[in-house]
Amino acid sequence: MVIKEPIQWEQGWGLMQEAITKLKNILEGLTDEKSFTSEEYMNQYTTIYDMCTQKLPCEFNKELYDKYKEIFDEYLNSSVWPSLRDKHHEFLLRELLRRWNSHKVMTRWLSRFFRYLECYYIERRTLPSLNTVALSCFRDLTFDKVKAMATDAIISLIHKEREGEQIDPSLLKNVVHIYVEIGVYEQDFEVAMIADASTYYARKATNWIEVDSFADYMLKAEESLKRERYRVREAGYLHSSTENKLVETVQHELLVTHATRLLENDNSGCGVLLRDDKVEDLSRIYRLYHEIPKGLELVANTFKKHVTSEGARLIQQVEEASNSQTINSSSGVQEHSIVSKFIELHDRFMAYVKGCFMNNNIFHKALKEAFEVFCNKNVAGIPSVELVAAFCDNMLKKGGGSEKLSDEAIDETQEKVVYLLVYNTDKDLFAEFYRKKLARRLLSDRSANEDHEKSFLCKLKRQFGGHYTSKMEGMMTDLVIAKDCQRSYEQYLHINQHVNPGIDLSVTVLTTGTWPSYKSCSLNLPSEMVKCVEAFNEYYTSKAKHKKLSWAFSMGACNIHGKFQKKTIELIVSTYQAATLLLFNNADKLSFLEIKTQLGLDYEDLVRVLHSLSCVKYKILCKEPNTKTISQNDIFEFNSGFTDRVRRIKVPLPPIDERKKVVKDVDKDRKYAIDAAIVRIMKSRKTLGHQQLVLECIEMMSCMFKPDVKVIKKRIENLIGQDYLERDPNDANAYRYLA
Amino acid sequence: MRRSSTSKKVGQSNSNSSSSDLFRSASSKASSKESERIDSLFYSYANASSGLIDPEGIEALCADLEVDHTDVRILMLAWKMKAEKQGYFNLDEWRRGLKALRADTISKLKKSLPDLEKEVLRPSNLSDFYSYAFRYCLTEEKQKSIDIESVCELLTLVLGSQFPSQVNLFVEYLKTQSDYKVINMDQWMGFFRFCNEISFPDLSNYNPEHAWPLVLDNFVEWVREKQK
Repeated sequence: MVIKEPIQWEQGWGLMQEAITKLKNILEGLTDEKSFTSEEYMNQYTTIYDMCTQKLPCEFNKELYDKYKEIFDEYLNSSVWPSLRDKHHEFLLRELLRRWNSHKVMTRWLSRFFRYLECYYIERRTLPSLNTVALSCFRDLTFDKVKAMATDAIISLIHKEREGEQIDPSLLKNVVHIYVEIGVYEQDFEVAMIADASTYYARKATNWIEVDSFADYMLKAEESLKRERYRVREAGYLHSSTENKLVETVQHELLVTHATRLLENDNSGCGVLLRDDKVEDLSRIYRLYHEIPKGLELVANTFKKHVTSEGARLIQQVEEASNSQTINSSSGVQEHSIVSKFIELHDRFMAYVKGCFMNNNIFHKALKEAFEVFCNKNVAGIPSVELVAAFCDNMLKKGGGSEKLSDEAIDETQEKVVYLLVYNTDKDLFAEFYRKKLARRLLSDRSANEDHEKSFLCKLKRQFGGHYTSKMEGMMTDLVIAKDCQRSYEQYLHINQHVNPGIDLSVTVLTTGTWPSYKSCSLNLPSEMVKCVEAFNEYYTSKAKHKKLSWAFSMGACNIHGKFQKKTIELIVSTYQAATLLLFNNADKLSFLEIKTQLGLDYEDLVRVLHSLSCVKYKILCKEPNTKTISQNDIFEFNSGFTDRVRRIKVPLPPIDERKKVVKDVDKDRKYAIDAAIVRIMKSRKTLGHQQLVLECIEMMSCMFKPDVKVIKKRIENLIGQDYLERDPNDANAYRYLA
Repeated sequence: MRRSSTSKKVGQSNSNSSSSDLFRSASSKASSKESERIDSLFYSYANASSGLIDPEGIEALCADLEVDHTDVRILMLAWKMKAEKQGYFNLDEWRRGLKALRADTISKLKKSLPDLEKEVLRPSNLSDFYSYAFRYCLTEEKQKSIDIESVCELLTLVLGSQFPSQVNLFVEYLKTQSDYKVINMDQWMGFFRFCNEISFPDLSNYNPEHAWPLVLDNFVEWVREKQK
């Protein structure tokens, strides 16, 4: 039996030394041999194995473990560190990489040899593993000594690359990887790298902002971000975890710090880009700011400011044109043209919202807020809703130019007008202006197309509800019924010739309340007309016993023949004008006061009528004195010398400016609406604080108008006086409902 | 020899004998005397046909009290009486007032006036007196508000001693503005609250977003403009 002799320390270690020397030579490149043979490997392994498993005093676990570390210490101190010590920059990095790779090879071989320690001794004593020991040696004796310089060297390489110079990407990648493998990537490298990036881009930003336009700056910013991302992703020489921090840093320096200055730059900022329709640049801005938290809000804000100022500019333009017109006193510029300008503006900027700004809600909101600002301003003293109503009137009346447009075009314009109305706070005021103009169109038969009228009402209804358009729809229905009524009347007259007054009278019966209220008159009709009116009255009341008719002569029209010297001319006039002219059948000259007494018209109306007949284009009456205005002392005479080349003329009677009345009526309606709202709210809440009541009231009215806080207070006080509410005795700031 | 006490009492009164009874009967005798005097005082000023003290009678009363008939103390007297109609006192009201003041002669009435003043100006009574003053001036049936000029006079009379600077300023405002031709009870009471709660003259704690009557919002605006 062969009993193996235990290996003594000197013997065993001597064997190891040989292997270690060979390993070092391989690493230093001092030998042609590249590796150990499997036989050699087996020997080394077995030697260690034996030395570990032998019985005391030849059990050398501890000594071997300590020696393992010593090997590294010695090698690192004597060979590795000296070779790195005096190197710098790229050379340092290359050497470091080489040495690290060698170290890994060394670790691999040695830990294979010393493997047995791992299984038993290390495990038993929970000591650091062989790999851990090797790594700490490298880190403590080599890496820690060079890491600051290495980091700097890496960062300068990155800097070089940023400046456009060529560098060795694989070197960079591999060296950075050392940090990762050692586990010090973040604290020893990333922090410094990010700080450097921050400084770098801060400097760039400061340079670019002085020299470049916003568009160019954006291009550079986009490019920079792309390259930094590339550095992480494709080139891979930064760890993927760095990407977010790096990108955020670059964004912050380039896009956030100077955001306001960039966006609002007078020469090249957002406003200018919008003006010059730089779609690509705007899209880029959107893309870049989209990634920054709250970034889009900044851009949208600039957008909003720009749109608001454009709107204000349009208003100013129209006002200036209107002013110069009054000075020149040519035919009035139509202030309502601003409506189509607003529509154009809206289309234009909505295109940007949907396009460059990717239909983002933040921009929709900005557009809306901008329009809400200037759509509610007066233009040349005229409330904007009145202008919208005038615009619609123009679109829907005969001779307004809409006959040339296709149905689709009209439909589109109507849609856009309704859309614009949404921005207006005084929607109830619009309804009233529109209703008045609609009435005039319908009653004087100046509506161009019934279908267009209906389709507009339909759109209004869809947007604002049935209640909003109910009166207007009622008006359209009335007309249809009135036409039927007229037809039956004519038939009736035809059958009952004895009742026929001899003059054609066509009557439009309107339902009170649906139509605007018209002055129901004190006018003394000429006897011929009286007969007609009486005949119709009899007919109508016999058919509709419980209905009462009040005649609105102010809206009527008349065809009369003026038998002038040269020739008879048919005059198309209003009923007021006709009644006035017919007076001259019975008298040659009449004074203002005589006319007034005989007609029973009030002062303002009479002035308007006489003015239209004697001071403007068609002088049917001669006025003494022959001035341009009507006064109480004027004398009028039939102008027999009057003539015109045509046989039929319309003598217009310009309508009175209704604006004040409309505003007054709407104010009154608002007061009632507020009252009703307050009562309704208080009824359901029983007790409510003042501010809360005001808020809820405003909320309730918001779809039609924005009530003034003072007006609400006044209405509350009124309701207190009428015992609908009382002040809460327990809370001076609250009210109680009184049942 | 002592007679039995019962028999003595029979002659005197119907109730059980006790000392308080003597007082009670004495005071009821005294009070009925007092009521008589109060009543006769009333009739000395009342109009014979209407049976009420009318404005003439009140003037005479004032003369006797040595107080001007526009003096606030007459108003205070009316308050004490809970008199309903301005310029007239009826018997019930007269009795009520004078009994409460424990006055059955003119001189006693006159002497009670200073205490009456103090009583009225006590914070617990002032609010009641203040609203009474307004109601007292609503002479027409269904009248709910008082014209500006009368309001100014009334305000000065009623609050002038307590809140002179506020009253003066508010009166000046009311006289210069043209939005309001009359003041109603709600606005009247609002001003009282204003005097009590709002620091003066800075008005720093006044908030128009609260439920103050609009006339006070306008007043404060006017004051602030003035202070500029």
